[in-house]
Amino acid sequence: MEAKEKVSLFSARNIKLLTNPLNLENPVTVQVLGICSALAVTAKLKPAFVMALSVVIVTAFSNLVISIIRNGIPPRIRIIVQLTVVATLVILVDQLLKAFVYDVSRQLSVFVGLIITNCILMGRLEAFAMANKPWQSFLDGIGNGLGYSWILLVLGFIRELFGSGTLWGYRVMPQAFYDLGYKNNGLIILPPMALILVGLIIWIQRSKSRELVDKS
Amino acid sequence: MYSNSYVFRYAAIMVVLVAAALASVAMLLKPAQDRNVAIERMRNILAAANIEATADNAIDLFNKYIVEEEAISPKGEVVGVYKNQKLEKGDVRPFDINLKEELYKQSKGQDFIVPLYIADVNGKKLYIFPLLGRGLWGPIYGNLALEDDFVTVGGSMFGHEKETPGLGAEIQNPEFENQFLGKTIFDDKGNFTSIKVVKGASKVLTPEQYKHGVDAISGGTITSNGVSAMIQSNMSNYLEYIKKQKI
Repeated sequence: MEAKEKVSLFSARNIKLLTNPLNLENPVTVQVLGICSALAVTAKLKPAFVMALSVVIVTAFSNLVISIIRNGIPPRIRIIVQLTVVATLVILVDQLLKAFVYDVSRQLSVFVGLIITNCILMGRLEAFAMANKPWQSFLDGIGNGLGYSWILLVLGFIRELFGSGTLWGYRVMPQAFYDLGYKNNGLIILPPMALILVGLIIWIQRSKSRELVDKS
Repeated sequence: MYSNSYVFRYAAIMVVLVAAALASVAMLLKPAQDRNVAIERMRNILAAANIEATADNAIDLFNKYIVEEEAISPKGEVVGVYKNQKLEKGDVRPFDINLKEELYKQSKGQDFIVPLYIADVNGKKLYIFPLLGRGLWGPIYGNLALEDDFVTVGGSMFGHEKETPGLGAEIQNPEFENQFLGKTIFDDKGNFTSIKVVKGASKVLTPEQYKHGVDAISGGTITSNGVSAMIQSNMSNYLEYIKKQKI
């Protein structure tokens, strides 16, 4: 039996797979992937949360599956196999949503199906899962999913709070504000505003992490 | 290197496995999904009767307030009745009528039937007519409730599949729906006017016209026109029935 390097499940290197995508390698703000769904489903917090959870699950498990079968995939149909794995997982998630959280699946409507077009997934499969071991790939999937998720949750929080005065559907803006003349910001519910918010997050992120700024 | 036969075998096995997995999951989950769709439809019908139902109490509230379901032929005959949770007449429960299919049959000149829901809310009767139509990007639907004079609107509910958020999608907004309360679909002479969704209705329509008109949505013209057309065409199917009721 050859001696394998015993790497603990949560070694420092493995933890980095989870933490890097949260900030310095954030799929949305640094790699600029997955933008359209980040804008489309964040008008309210609940759909943003469900979408985030779905992406974490699909990215993690497609990374895992592809990593397990990576040595047997014929290179010629590599992309097709990746697509099939992601599409199958997405359909499974969609079917489960329709069966168990129907109201949310209505709000997410086509966007769950569009997870497969989310560049984050194919990006991670090609860049990581095809060349790394299953557990690492699984962690990488979770990490990137979480990086995408916190952006979505921040957007969902801001947009629902100021666009509808609610959070997770519950009224949060005190009636007193409305009586004084405060109105919900209708503009923030529209996608372009979400893009501006992403830009603001990128701005804040780069101010804090100078290494992200392009040396041009 | 991977031989061609390996590639083909790999692809074939993968496809079969995936298809089997998805088909089984779909079959397993279908009852739960169908139930969710039915509950959603019940909530929409109750919404037109101004009853707010959640996914949990929809079925109970539906059984409580919708006292009768009828299937109506275009000639105005009641060909199906569902009452007290029993099918008393006809061979399909009106709630289970596929309105999309029936309207398709209508477009092909074939016989068809349309459902009608009779609600009794604290002694007051409301007649709820389901609507199906076309918006800008996809189907739109709704329920229109008439009071027992079959003229005055007692409630309404509208929904859509793919309209633009903030624009056409605003037909779901209670502010849009509440405009319909008190409007009439027949004029004083008994002519069918339907309800027209018009830009700036409150300003450009005469007081008489405004009894049968509501404001369209800014930026949602085509969806608004779709709502007008939907009410007009769907309610036309019930005119004979309504005539018989008013006698």
